[in-house]
Amino acid sequence: MKILVYIESANNKIHPVSMESLVAAQQIKKTNNAEIYGVIFDKNQSNSLAEYALDGIITPDNDMLSNYNPLSYLEAFNQINNKYNPNLIIFGHTYETRDWVPRLSAKLDIPFISDCISIDVGSDMTICRPIYQAKLVQKLTLTSEKSILSFQAGSFNVENLENGSCDTVVESFDLSSVQDTIKMGEKFQESAGGVDLTTADYIISIGRGIGKEENIPLANELANKINAQIGASRPVVDAGWLDHSIQIGSSGQTVSPKLYFALGISGAIQHLVGMKGSKQIIAINKDKNAPIFEIADYAVVGDLLEIIPKLTENL
Amino acid sequence: MKICVLIKQVASEDSPLKIKDNQRTIDKTSLNLVTNEPDTYALEEALLIKEKTEGEVVICTLGPESSQQVIKDGLAKGADKAIHIVCDNTDTMSPLDLAKLITKKIENENFDLVLSGLQSNDYGFAQLGIIISELLNHSHASLVMGTEINNNILKVKKELENGWFQWAELNLPATLSIQSGINQPRYATLKGIMSVKNKPVDKVDYTDLGVSQNPGYEINSISVPVKSKETQMIEGSVDDIVGELTDILKNKIKIN
Repeated sequence: MKILVYIESANNKIHPVSMESLVAAQQIKKTNNAEIYGVIFDKNQSNSLAEYALDGIITPDNDMLSNYNPLSYLEAFNQINNKYNPNLIIFGHTYETRDWVPRLSAKLDIPFISDCISIDVGSDMTICRPIYQAKLVQKLTLTSEKSILSFQAGSFNVENLENGSCDTVVESFDLSSVQDTIKMGEKFQESAGGVDLTTADYIISIGRGIGKEENIPLANELANKINAQIGASRPVVDAGWLDHSIQIGSSGQTVSPKLYFALGISGAIQHLVGMKGSKQIIAINKDKNAPIFEIADYAVVGDLLEIIPKLTENL
Repeated sequence: MKICVLIKQVASEDSPLKIKDNQRTIDKTSLNLVTNEPDTYALEEALLIKEKTEGEVVICTLGPESSQQVIKDGLAKGADKAIHIVCDNTDTMSPLDLAKLITKKIENENFDLVLSGLQSNDYGFAQLGIIISELLNHSHASLVMGTEINNNILKVKKELENGWFQWAELNLPATLSIQSGINQPRYATLKGIMSVKNKPVDKVDYTDLGVSQNPGYEINSISVPVKSKETQMIEGSVDDIVGELTDILKNKIKIN
């Protein structure tokens, strides 16, 4: 078996989720006689993989792939696939992965099972992935000779990476056929002056269950009482009730406060990845099946509009 | 501008999810079915683009007979016509197979734009539109938070991680997956609702498209997630709950 693991990098930094997917590959190798190759398109970063137990690091001979463009990445990976003929291609489930890997799946005609959270290798290879907004998990048995997988952040612990040594394999790519129909521009941040929640001790986070914008002061009063910062889930900022800069989740901030107090947040997976590292989690929700309760230390089933004012008064 | 919007019917967020005895599929009879929320943003963006550039908006759905409802809702909001690929077993199909079916149906329509929501709230692969961009040889962008069209050049604002954005310029035809929150989806007007019956719906059974299915996986089981930590459930009267939360905050978490 041959496994390719794509290592994403930007601004001279390797994406941590990519390193986690290396752990996935090493885990497969333990039960399967697999060869693992890391693929990294920024050649200046290839050295940072040299200390891990891999069979090789594939990297380009020039800088043409240092900046992301979906069509050039697609063609380069197509050429790698033709040469190495892997059984498994593994990605971290990043925004960039979501942008170009479905296209790779179509080009190579290899099924792409995205957003996996675990893999089990026995006589068959099975993966688990969340469905229905993480309320359920589906377990799939891979039946294709070739598969593309992506793993969600937090699925594997980078502390389990096995050290070793490996050689760098420099490849040259012919990108002359790549169409010039997608031109990527500059990256920018919109609300640079936003609140940094990553250093907050206590966060009170507001979800759609707060009902309406007029109820937000209830949360503010509790926050003032316990010296907490206010955060929000995506639907609340999309509705314009709170500023985008305080959104927590995959498209916002990733936080790990001492206390994460979730008010009316159901716990879509995009939110959970941004806060599941919190030390203590209290969640109030009307729906006792809300996924947030799966990761909460204290799960309160009830009406937050009744509970919060009394709690604020009581503290 | 000829725009196709991919729309899916899914279970509403508050639907009770019952796993069937086969442990592999959901009992659909108990579900409250709605338009996949992210797709409503894609439809709104299509309607906004149409208002600026003229043209037509075609909604396309792949799903069972019940999907007629999402078609009606889309037409009532202002789409001009609809395509319904009728299929009862999308739950076991891979994104690649679903994309091939849709591509087969729309490839000769010469759409300038194909829009989809960023992902479906049921299986959530977040792949369909982007696979279709490759199959149709379109340019593409995902997680789009803004669009501007000038002289056949489409400028899109893409959302990246951790609050970063990036502009990209795309040649048409293009396929976009639209991020939720890009706009405020409209409600249907009474006039819109009345107009639905006069709008054409092109209905085809998926088996008539001649696309073979090869998902590359089998569904082994569906289950409720295993808890990763001990959760203390707090229930009871409001006063009981407040008392217990006060104790937890003061004595266990030791807030200052």
